[in-house]
Amino acid sequence: MNESYAPPLLEVVGPTSGALLRRRIFTHKGLLIGSTLLAIVLLMALLAPLIAPHDPYAQDLTQRMIPPLWYENGTWAHVLGTDNLGRDYLSRVIYGARISLLIGLAVMVISGLIGAALGLAAGYFGGRTDMVVTFFITIRLAMPVILVALAVVAMVGGSLWVVVLVLGLLKWDRFAVVMRAATQQVRSLDYVTAAAATGASTPRIIVAEVLPNVLPQLIVVASVEAASAILLEAALSFLGLGVQPPLPSWGLMIAEAKAYMFFSFWLIAIPGTALALLVLAINMVGDGIRDVSAPSGRG
Amino acid sequence: MLAFATKRFGLALLVAVTVSALAFLLLRASGDVAIALAGEGARAEDIENIRRIYGLDRPLLVQYFDWLWKMAHGDFGESLYFKTEVWPLVMEKLPTTMLLAVFSLTFALAVSIPLGILAAVYPNSWIDRLCLALAVVGQAMPNFFFALILIMVLAVSLHWLPVSGSESWAHFVMPTITLGYYIAPVFMRLVRAGMIEVLASDYVRTARAKGLSQTSIILKHALRNALVPIVALSAVQLGLLLGGSVVIETIFALDGAGFLAYQSITHKDLPVTQALLTLLSILYVGLILIADIANAWLDPRIRVG
Amino acid sequence: MAPLLSVSGLTVDLATPRGTLHAVRDISFDINAGETLCLVGESGCGKSMTALALMGLLPNSATRRARHLAFEGGDLANVTPRKLASLRGNRMAMIFQEPMTALNPAYTIGDQLIEVHRRHKGSTYAAARERAIELLEKVGITPAGERLGQFPHQLSGGLRQRVMIAMALMCGPTLLIADEPTTALDVTIQAQTLRLLIDIQRDLGVAILLITHDLGVVARVAQRVAVMYAGEIVESATAASLFRKPRHPYTRGLMASIPIPGRTPPGERLGSIPGIVPSLIGEVRGCAFRDRCAFAFAPCAETVPWRVDNEHGWRCTLPEVPAEAAA
Repeated sequence: MNESYAPPLLEVVGPTSGALLRRRIFTHKGLLIGSTLLAIVLLMALLAPLIAPHDPYAQDLTQRMIPPLWYENGTWAHVLGTDNLGRDYLSRVIYGARISLLIGLAVMVISGLIGAALGLAAGYFGGRTDMVVTFFITIRLAMPVILVALAVVAMVGGSLWVVVLVLGLLKWDRFAVVMRAATQQVRSLDYVTAAAATGASTPRIIVAEVLPNVLPQLIVVASVEAASAILLEAALSFLGLGVQPPLPSWGLMIAEAKAYMFFSFWLIAIPGTALALLVLAINMVGDGIRDVSAPSGRG
Repeated sequence: MLAFATKRFGLALLVAVTVSALAFLLLRASGDVAIALAGEGARAEDIENIRRIYGLDRPLLVQYFDWLWKMAHGDFGESLYFKTEVWPLVMEKLPTTMLLAVFSLTFALAVSIPLGILAAVYPNSWIDRLCLALAVVGQAMPNFFFALILIMVLAVSLHWLPVSGSESWAHFVMPTITLGYYIAPVFMRLVRAGMIEVLASDYVRTARAKGLSQTSIILKHALRNALVPIVALSAVQLGLLLGGSVVIETIFALDGAGFLAYQSITHKDLPVTQALLTLLSILYVGLILIADIANAWLDPRIRVG
Repeated sequence: MAPLLSVSGLTVDLATPRGTLHAVRDISFDINAGETLCLVGESGCGKSMTALALMGLLPNSATRRARHLAFEGGDLANVTPRKLASLRGNRMAMIFQEPMTALNPAYTIGDQLIEVHRRHKGSTYAAARERAIELLEKVGITPAGERLGQFPHQLSGGLRQRVMIAMALMCGPTLLIADEPTTALDVTIQAQTLRLLIDIQRDLGVAILLITHDLGVVARVAQRVAVMYAGEIVESATAASLFRKPRHPYTRGLMASIPIPGRTPPGERLGSIPGIVPSLIGEVRGCAFRDRCAFAFAPCAETVPWRVDNEHGWRCTLPEVPAEAAA
C-alpha cells in the first residue's frame, strides 16, 4: 500500500551504542590498517626466536655486506642481506622490533603512571597541589628533552634500561595535563558535590567517573608518547648515546651502517623503514581511537 | 594587558631559575663528575686533584650558588674540551642554530598553511585525504633517516647540494627541509581544524550572505581568526627546534649550538653542557612567554577594552 | 505589477545519515515591492531553510528545486553561484538571529560595513565610509564616526543587530530577509528593533521577508502572513484577515495558545496543540497535521487541496472547520 507517516510517538530507531561503536571501528580504514600493522610487528617481536632465520648476534666475516634478495648478489640464505660484521639483517630487524616495542611500552607505562598520578592529584586536590603540579609541568616543558636525555646517558652510561628510565621520567607531561583537565571537569559535576555532602566516598566516585571518560584521550596520548619514545631512542642510539652494541636497535643499526651508506644504502633503508612503519602504525591506531570515540569532532 | 605580561614574566623568571638549578643538579647527580672528568684508568690521587681544582669537594648548594653568581655576571667558566671561555664559544655557535630554527619554521609554515587551508575548504575530498596522508607519513618518519635519504638523493646522486658543513646558504637547505617537514604536520592539522571550525561560524555565514568573494571569505575573514593559535604554536615550536636540532646538526656537521651540545656532552664538558641547557631553557621559556602575550594581543577582546 | 519575489514549488531536501529529509515541500508565495511578508512557524518547520534557499546559502548536503523562482524580474533558480553571490548583500540581503556571533570579532564595524559596499559598488574607501555613516545614523547609532572604529565586542546585542541591519542596507537592496531578528534580544530591545524595521521599510521602500515563531511580532509588523508547518505553507493571508478569522486548525491552535492583550479574556484557559511534529524523513503523504488535528478523517491521508476565499488561502480537506470543539 502506500507509506504514510512515522507513528505519532517519536521512536528512537537505530542501532544500539555498542553496535554503533563496532560499526565505526570496522569502517575506519586508518584504525584497521594501523592495528593490523601493529599486530604484525608485535607478533614478529614475540615470535622472534621462532621466525628469525639466524642468530642476530652471530658474526661471520666471510659473509659481510651481502645485499638483500632483490639485488644481483642476493641470496635466499640472507633474505635482507648481512651487515658489515656478517650478521643476518632480517634476524636483526626482527629482534630489533623487540627493543622498539619494549621502549615504547615501558616508557608509555612509566610516564603514564607518573603523569596520571600527578594529574589526578592536581585535579582532585586543587589549590596548592594544583599550583605545584602545574609548576612542575612548566619546568618539564622548559627542558629540551633530547639534550637532557643525552646528557644523563652520557654521565651514567648508555643501556636499554637507562634509556627507558630517562625517557619515562621525562615524558609524563601530556598525561598529567590530560588527566588534570578531566579530573577537574568531573570534580565540578553537581552530583559529585552532592555525593560528598551526603558523605559518600568521593575518591572512589571520582576514580570511577574520571577513568571511563578520560580513557580515550589517555590512549591517544599514550600512542603519541610511545611513538615519540621509539623515535627518541632511535635518535639517541643513532648518536651513540642510547642502546649499546651489539643490541639490534634499529637506530643503532642505522648508525653502524652510516659509514657504508654510499654503497650499501639498504643497510640504512631497511631499519629506517621499519621504524617509520612501526611509528606509522602506532599513530594510525591512536588517531583512529580518537576519531572513533569522538565522532562529532571529525572534520 | 601590562599586568598580564608582568605576571607571566615573573613566572618565566622563576621557571628559568628552577631549570638552571635542575640542570646543575642533574649533571652532578648522574655520576661522579670528577671520575668522569678524569677518564678511565685514572688513579685515585688524580681524581682527588681534579676534585680540588674544580671545587667539586664543596657542598652542592655552595657549588650551585657559586655558579649562579658567576653566571649572573656573564662568567660561565671555561670549556674543559675546547679550552676557551664558555660564553663566547656558545655565542659564536648559537646564531647558526637560531638561523636554522627560523628557516625550518618558515619552511614548515609555508608548506602547512596552504595545505591546511585547502584541506579545510574541500573537506573529505582527495585533496584533504592527500594532505592528511602527508601529515601522517611526515610524523612517522624518523628525522635522521629522512636526513640521510636527502643526503643520498640530493647531495650524492644529484650533486645539487653539499653534504655537510656550514659555510654557505646551500648548507642550510637540507637541514631546513629535514627539520621543517617534521614539524609541518602539526601545523597543517591545526590550520585545517581551525579553518573548518571558523568556516562553520556565524560570522563567515554573514560574510557569505554579503556576497563577498570566496577568496575574501577564506583569506580575510576565516584565516585571520583561524591563525591565532598558530602564532602561539610557532613560538613553542621554535623553542623545540632550538633544543632539538642536536641530531640534525650532527648529521650535517652544521656548526651550531646543537652540534656543540653533542660534542660537549660526549666529551663530558660540564661547563658547556650546563651553560647550553640553561641558555636553551631560558630561550624556550622566553618564547613561551612571547607566545602567551601574542595570543592575548591577537584577540581584540583582550587587547581593546 | 509583477511581484518583487516570486516563488513557486520550492523544495529543499537534505541528505542525512538516516535518509532524505524533506525540509521544505513544494511551497509557493510572492512578495511585492515594499511590503512585509511574515513567515511564521515553530522550530523545524522549514522557514529558515526557505530563507537560505532563496539566498543560495544552503549547506552542501542540501538540494534545492523550484518550478519557478524569480527576483526583480530575473530567474533565480538557474543562476550561477557567481551571479548569486553578486546579488547577495547587494540586491537582496539577510540578517540572522544571533547578533552576538554574526560579526567578525577581528575586524572593526567600519571595516565590515565598508567592504560590502566596495565589493558590490566598486566605490572608493571614502565614499563607502560616508555611506556607512549615513546608514549607522539611519539605524539610530550615533556618534556614527566613533562607532566605525570599534570592534563588535564593544557593542551590546541590540546595537550589533542594528549594525547588521545597517550592513544589510549598505548597497540599497530591494529585499531584506530577516531570520528571527529579535528572538535573541531583550524584550524592550525587541520592540525597538521592530520599530526600526518598520521605519526602514517606510523610508526606503524595502520589502521585508520576516521569519519568526512569534505571533506577537507578526501582529506588529506584517502586512501579509504565511504560516508554515512541517515544511509546507498551510495558510496564507493578509495579517488582518488571518487574525480576524484563522482557517487552518494549526493556525487556530497557535492563536489559542497565546494570550493576545485585549482579546483573550482574563481567566480563560490557554489552549495547546497535542502531539508533536512528524518526521519528514522518507516519504510524506497527505496532511502533515492530521495526527494532531481534532477534525482529521480518512481523506486527510491523501493529497490535500488548497482553498482560497477572498485572497485568504489555506490547505485543508474540510471547507469549513467548526469553531473550537471542547478539547
